[in-house]
Amino acid sequence: MAEAHPVGFQWVMEAKRRGATIIHVDPRFTRTSAVADLHVPIRAGSDIAFLGGLVNHVLSHDLDFREYVVAYTNAASVIEEGYRDTEDLDGLFSGFDPESGQYNPETWQYVGATEAAAAGQRDPAQAAGGTSGSHGQRHEAARSETHGSGGPGVASKGERDETLQHPNCVFQILKRHFARYTPEMVQSVCGISPHQFAQVADALTRNSGRERTSAIAYAVGWTHHSVGAQTIRTAAILQTLLGNIGRPGGGIMALRGHASIQGSTDIPTLFNILPGYLPMPHAAEHQDLESYVEGDAGKAGFWGNMRSYAVSLLKSYWGDAATADNDFCFDYLPRLTGDHSTYNTVKGQIEGRCKGYFLVGENPAVGSANGKMQRLGMANLDWLVVRDMAMIESATFWKDGPEIDTGELVTQEIGTEVFFLPAASHVEKAGSFTQTQRMLQWRDKAVDPPGDARSDLSFYFELGNRIREKLKDSTDEMDRPLLDLTWDYPLEEDGEPDGAAVLREINGTGPDGKALSAYTELKDDGSTRCGCWIYCGVYADEVNQARRRKPHWEQDYVASEWGWVWPANRRIIYNRASAAPDGTPWSERKKYVWWDAEQGRWTGSDVPDFVVDRPPDHVPDEDAKGPDAIGGQDPFVMQTDGKAWLFAPLGVADGPLPTHYEPPESPVRNPLYGRQNNPARQKVSHPANPINPSYSEIFPYVFTSYRLTEHHTAGGMSRTLPYLTELQPEPFCEVSPRLARERDLEHLGWATIVTARSAIEARVLVTDRMRSLRLGDHVVEQVGLPYHWGPNGITTGDSPNDLVNLTLDPNVYIQDKVGTCDIRPGRRPRGADLTAYVEDYRRRAGVDPDDPTDGRTDR
Amino acid sequence: MRGEQSMVPEADVQPFESYYGKQIIKTPTWKTPDVPLYLFLGGLAGSSALLAEGAALSGNTTLERFTRLVAAGGAGAGTVCLVHDLGRPERFLNMLRVLKITSPLSVGSFILAPFSALSSAAAASQVTGRLPVLGRLAGVGTALFGPPLVTYTAALISNTAVPAWHTARRELPFVFAGSGAAAAGGLAMLALPVRAGTPAHRMALAGAALEVGAVATMEHRLGMVAEPYQQGGSGRLMRIARGCTVAAAALTVVGRRSRLLRAVAGASYVAGSVVTRFGIFEAGLASARDPKYTVVPQRERLRARQEARAEPA
Amino acid sequence: MSVRDSLARSLHGRLDDVQGDAGYGDPAEHPPRMGFFTDTSVCIGCKACEVACKEWNEVPDDGYALSGMSYDNTQALGASTWRHVAFVEKPLHPTTTDLGLPGMGPPGWDTHESGLPRAAPAGADQATESGGANDDAGVRWLMSSDVCKHCTHAGCLDVCPTGSLFRTEFGTVVVQPDICNGCGYCVSACPYGVIDLRKEDGRAFKCTLCYDRLKEGQTPACAQACPTESIQFGEVDELRERADQRLAELHEKGVDVARLYGRDPEDGVGGDGAFFLLLDEPEVYGLPPDPVVPTRDIADMWKHVGAAALTLVGLGVASFVSSAGRRR
Repeated sequence: MAEAHPVGFQWVMEAKRRGATIIHVDPRFTRTSAVADLHVPIRAGSDIAFLGGLVNHVLSHDLDFREYVVAYTNAASVIEEGYRDTEDLDGLFSGFDPESGQYNPETWQYVGATEAAAAGQRDPAQAAGGTSGSHGQRHEAARSETHGSGGPGVASKGERDETLQHPNCVFQILKRHFARYTPEMVQSVCGISPHQFAQVADALTRNSGRERTSAIAYAVGWTHHSVGAQTIRTAAILQTLLGNIGRPGGGIMALRGHASIQGSTDIPTLFNILPGYLPMPHAAEHQDLESYVEGDAGKAGFWGNMRSYAVSLLKSYWGDAATADNDFCFDYLPRLTGDHSTYNTVKGQIEGRCKGYFLVGENPAVGSANGKMQRLGMANLDWLVVRDMAMIESATFWKDGPEIDTGELVTQEIGTEVFFLPAASHVEKAGSFTQTQRMLQWRDKAVDPPGDARSDLSFYFELGNRIREKLKDSTDEMDRPLLDLTWDYPLEEDGEPDGAAVLREINGTGPDGKALSAYTELKDDGSTRCGCWIYCGVYADEVNQARRRKPHWEQDYVASEWGWVWPANRRIIYNRASAAPDGTPWSERKKYVWWDAEQGRWTGSDVPDFVVDRPPDHVPDEDAKGPDAIGGQDPFVMQTDGKAWLFAPLGVADGPLPTHYEPPESPVRNPLYGRQNNPARQKVSHPANPINPSYSEIFPYVFTSYRLTEHHTAGGMSRTLPYLTELQPEPFCEVSPRLARERDLEHLGWATIVTARSAIEARVLVTDRMRSLRLGDHVVEQVGLPYHWGPNGITTGDSPNDLVNLTLDPNVYIQDKVGTCDIRPGRRPRGADLTAYVEDYRRRAGVDPDDPTDGRTDR
Repeated sequence: MRGEQSMVPEADVQPFESYYGKQIIKTPTWKTPDVPLYLFLGGLAGSSALLAEGAALSGNTTLERFTRLVAAGGAGAGTVCLVHDLGRPERFLNMLRVLKITSPLSVGSFILAPFSALSSAAAASQVTGRLPVLGRLAGVGTALFGPPLVTYTAALISNTAVPAWHTARRELPFVFAGSGAAAAGGLAMLALPVRAGTPAHRMALAGAALEVGAVATMEHRLGMVAEPYQQGGSGRLMRIARGCTVAAAALTVVGRRSRLLRAVAGASYVAGSVVTRFGIFEAGLASARDPKYTVVPQRERLRARQEARAEPA
Repeated sequence: MSVRDSLARSLHGRLDDVQGDAGYGDPAEHPPRMGFFTDTSVCIGCKACEVACKEWNEVPDDGYALSGMSYDNTQALGASTWRHVAFVEKPLHPTTTDLGLPGMGPPGWDTHESGLPRAAPAGADQATESGGANDDAGVRWLMSSDVCKHCTHAGCLDVCPTGSLFRTEFGTVVVQPDICNGCGYCVSACPYGVIDLRKEDGRAFKCTLCYDRLKEGQTPACAQACPTESIQFGEVDELRERADQRLAELHEKGVDVARLYGRDPEDGVGGDGAFFLLLDEPEVYGLPPDPVVPTRDIADMWKHVGAAALTLVGLGVASFVSSAGRRR
C-alpha cells in the first residue's frame, strides 16, 4: 500500500502510531513491509491457501465470533443433500460440466429455498447462467454480474440449524472444506513458516471480537488471478467468521489500481453493467422491461426496488421520450449477445469482428496482459481513437511496437487509421473521483488545458452533438435512441460542459425537477429520473455534496462531512452488524450504530444501513418483498436472505467455497488436490496466447508483476516526466541472491526473461527483499517485474505485460499476473531472432503447436 | 544487495560503514591545473617580493629587477588562474563585495588585489625607470603583502571539510612558506648569475628545508589521513616533489660555483614546488572521495569523547 | 557584513539566537528560527519530497541513471537535488547481536500496550528454526529523506567570499544566485556534502528551506507533500521537544537503535536547523558521524598562517644578512 498509495498510507502510519499492529503479506518486501510489524513472504498466487489456513485456524480452535456468526451469517443454513465438496471430488464441486467448463449450482442450494413461489422467480440454474450451447470454453454473458450488486436471489432463508451441528449446515461444510488447510499445508503451498503463520493467526484472532476489530486491505495481488474473486471470498469468510464486517476498524478494503476506478464501475465502463450495478440486458432473455426486472422484483432488501432504479435510469437517459407506453424506452438499451469482455474483444479484433476502438486514458499495448495480442488486435482495426495526455504506445504501436521490430507486423500493411486527441489532465477540468471507500470527491478546475487538449466530458458531449446533427433528419428507427437522448448540458464560460450539471443528473430529479435526496425516493412510474441510483443523494438540497471539505479535526472520526459516500453517505455498509442482535452495541469501545428504543430508531455515528425505524426483533411476513423482507437481525441488507454468505449458493461461477488451485502456470503440483487449476477458469484460445506447461524445467521460476511508487500504471503519465523518470530511470527485475547465483545474474547487469508468449529484457537488482521460498523440499524462486515500462517516453524499455498469459477469472474476466518463466543473463535477441528464441523455448517446453492454450494440467 | 560495507582491514583500517561506499563530503570543485598552479604562483610571487625587497635594500639590482618582474608576473598569472577557475568568471569582482575573516578566500582577495597592484607598479617603475620613489614605496608594500600571499592559501584549503587539508591545517602554512621560498629562490638561481643569485640560493635552501620538514611533520601527525600523501597518484606526486626538492638542495650545496649545476638546482626547486602543490591538491581530492577518511577519524573522535566521559573524574 | 561584524560572530558552540548573531537584533525583532525535524522511522520512501521540491523551486532534473543502490537513483544531495531519499537494505542475521556492536541488532519487538503480541521482524525467528521456510533471516529497509542541515554554524556561509550565502531572518542559510560567482569554496566547506556547483550553470545551489514560502507564512514544499509527516516543519525549539518525545516513545517500545542526529546545540556545528531521527549510525545513511564546522579552527589557522609568514620573512632576512655579511 505504501508503494501504490503513499498518500492513503498515512492513515496506516497513524494507526501504527496509535498502537495498531501492521502485518504485510506479499511476495516481496516493499516499502510497506519496511514499516510493518511483520512481513510474511508468500508465493505469488497461493493466497487462498494462506487465507484458508487462517479460516481453518479459526474454526479448529473455536475462535470465531459465535454470536455474530449464528445471527448474521448463513452458517446455520442447511445445504442440499446432493452437495459434494472439493474434499469429496478431489478438487471439484458437484455440478461441473466438463464440456462447457461451467458449474450448475443446483446442488449448492439451501434446503427449502427452492420452494418459493414468487411470480417469475428465476430458477437457480438459469440464474447462475448455466445455459447450454455455449461455444467451446467461452462463458455466456457474464452471468454473475447480471445479478448486479445484490447478488442472485434465494427465495428464502431455507432451513437453518442455529446449533450449527447439522452435518450439512454451512458451518460444518466450511470446517470440512478447510480441514486440510493446516499450517503445515500452508507451508508447503505458500512457503510460509508455521511460526510466522502462528504469529499472524494469533494477532488476527486476538484482535477480533466484541472489543476489537481488524481490517484487511488488498490490491491486485489478490485480484489479478484466475481465482481472484475467490481469494476475496476467502478473506470475506475469514472476516465474517471473526465478526469484522460492518464494524468500525474492520472490513475488507480494496486498494484500487486507479484513483477513480471505483467510479468506473459505478458509472460503468464495463460491458455488462449499467449505472448502479444494474445488469446490462441480454438479447435473448430480456425482451422487455418486465422480464428484465422480474427476477429481482421479488428479492428481499433494497435490491427489490430494482424497477424504480431501472425506470429512473431510463428516464434520465431519454427524458420525455421515455413513457410507460414505450416501456420507458427500454428497447433503446443495447443488449448483450455473449461475452463482450475486453480480452474477448481483443480476440474479436484479431479475428476481424471488431472494427473500431476508443481508447480513453487506457494503454493496452503496455498496461493489458499479453501485450502482443493487444497490438495484433489494434493492427487489425479499421479505426482507432486514442485520447491521452502523452503519445502512448497504443497510439504508436504501428510504427514502433515490438512486433515491428521482429517483423511480425509491418507498418505499411497495417490498415488501422489512428486518431490521437490530446486530453486534459484531472487538474484541467472539474469533476469527481470515486475511490475505494465509495467516496465521491469533487475536484475543481485549477488551470486551463494547454493547446488543443480537452476534457473527456467535452469530447463526448461534442461527439454526441455532431452525431445527432448528422442524424437529425433521419427517419430510421435505429437512430431514435441517439436522437431521443437528453443531451442538453449547460456550457461554462470556457465552453466546457458543466460537470456539476452532469452530477446533478446522475443524482436524479423528482417530478418537480428538484434534486432528489435519497434513492428511496425513486419511483417506477416515470416521475423520477436518476442517472445512478446508488449516487442518489450526492446532490441533495441542490448542493454538490461531493465537494464538501470539512477537515477531519473539526469532525468525529467518521468524518461524514468530507465528500459524499454512496449510498446515502453511509460510510460503513452493513453497519447494523456493529450492534448485537438485540440492537445494543457489541461493546462500548466499538459502538457505531445501535437501536435507540426510546426514539424507536437506529442511531449512531453513521447513517444506519437499515430500515431506520425497524426494531431489532422484527420478523417479516412470509410473503414480504423488497425492503419489507428484511428482518430485525438481517444486517446484510443487499443479500436476499439478509445474511452474510459464508457459503455462496449462487452467484460465483467457480464454486460456493474458495479452493486453492494453482495458477495456470505453476512450478509445482497442487499439494491439496488432484485438480491442478481452477476448473471453471476462462481460457482465451489463440495462437498468440500459448500457455507455459506447468511444473516444467524449462520455465522453472515464478514471475509476478507489480508497481513502484515512482511510476504510474503503463507509464504514460510518469515516464514522460523528468522528475519522475529520474527517480526510477530504467526498467529492472528483482531477484533473490540465490536465484542470481543459480542463473549467473549480476547486480545491475542485464537479464532476459522469457515465457511462451515473448521475451523481454531488464536490468537486474539482486536483493534480499525477494525471498527464496521453500515449499516442502522444493525451493521456489520468484522474479519480480515492475510493469511500468514501454517503448515511449523518456525512459523506455520492454513491457512485462508481454510475458503474461491470458487466463481469466470466470466471475469478472480479470487476468492472472503470475506465471512461470525462465531468466538468463544478457540482453534479449533483436528482430526476427527474438521470435526464433521464443519459438525455441516453446518447443523445448513442449507447448503443443496445435493447441497452445492447453496447459495440459486438466485431467 | 548489501547496504553496509564491511571493510576487511587493509593495513590497520578499522571496519566502518558507509552509504554504498559513496563519499560523504563533496569533491572540491576547484579545477586542476588552475588552483594548484595558483598556489604555486602565489607562493612564487609573494616570496619573490621578499627577495626583491631584500635585493633593493642590499643594492642587488640584478636580483631586484628579476624578482620584481616575477612578483608582478606571478600575481598576474595567478589572478588569471583564479578567474578562470570560477563558475561565473565574469563575476570575479564580486569577491571584493565583502571582507570576511572567516573566509580565507575573502581575505585572500584583499591580499592578492593590493599585491597585484603594488607589484605591477613596482615592476613597471623598475623597468621604465619612472617614478622611482613611488616605485620603491610600491615595492615595500609588495613585500608587506608578500608573505601573507604565500601562506594564506594554506588557510584557504584548510578551512574546508576535506580531511587531508583540514587535519593538516597547522603544518600546511609552513609547507607553503617553504615551498614559496624554494620556488622564488630556485627561479632566481635558474635565471641569474651566481653572485647576484646568492641570496636566492640561500632562500631556496632554507625554504626547501622548511618545506620538507613541515611535510614530514604533517605526515607523521596525520595518522590515517596521511595516506593520500603517501599512497596512490597523490602520494606519487608528493614523492616526486620531495625528490626534486632534496636533489635541488644537494645540488645547491655541491654545485656552489657551477652555473650549470645551480641552474639545474634552481629548476629542480621550482619543479619541486610546483609538484608539491599538485600533490597536496590531489591528496585533498582523494581524501574527499573515499568516505573512510571522513568516517573513521570522526568515529575515533566520538569514541574518545565517550571514553573520556565514562572515566571517573 | 562588516569586518567588525564578522569578528563579533560566534563561530562554534551553543548559539541560541542564530539570527541575532547574524545581525537581526533581539529575538523580539525577528521571527523564531524555523527548520525541519525529519523522523525517518515513519518515512515510506515515496520521494514526494524530492518531486515537490523540484516542482516548486524549478530545479532541473539530475540525470537518469540506474544506480543499483536499492531504490535510490538520486544518489546524493547536490546542486540539482535538494531532497534526497536514502534507501539501505540491511539483512538481519540471527547472530547479529553477537557482534556486540551497539545499534546493530533489529529493533526490539515485544508487545503492545494492549497485550497483543507484536511480531518479530521479518524472518528473524525463522533462521533459528530447522526446516524454516526461508534460508535467510530477513531484511530491514531504512529510508530517510536527507536535506541541507541549515547549520547553526554553517561552513558554507562562513567561507563565502562574495556574500552570496547569507543567514535569513528565519535562521536558515540561503544562496543568492545573482551574486554567486561559482568559486566553489562553499562546496568544500560543507561537512555534510550538501551544496555543490551546477555544471552547466557554474553557480552553487542548495535547499533554501523554501525561503519564498516562509516569507508568505507557508510550509516548505517537501514538508507539505510528505504524506506520513516524516518531514515536520516548525520552530526549531518546538521541533526539538517533539523529537525528544518521539525518541522516548521509541525507546520505550524497545526500538533501541533510534537516535537523534543534529539535535544537540553543543555539537560540532552548534546543532542543525534541519535535524533527524535515525534508526542506525549516521554513516549508514551517508552522514558524517561527528560533523564539525571547519571554521571552528579558523583562529588556529590564522595563527599558523601568521607564524609561517613571519618565518618566511625570517628566512628572507637570513638569506640577505648572511650574504651581506659575506660580501662585507
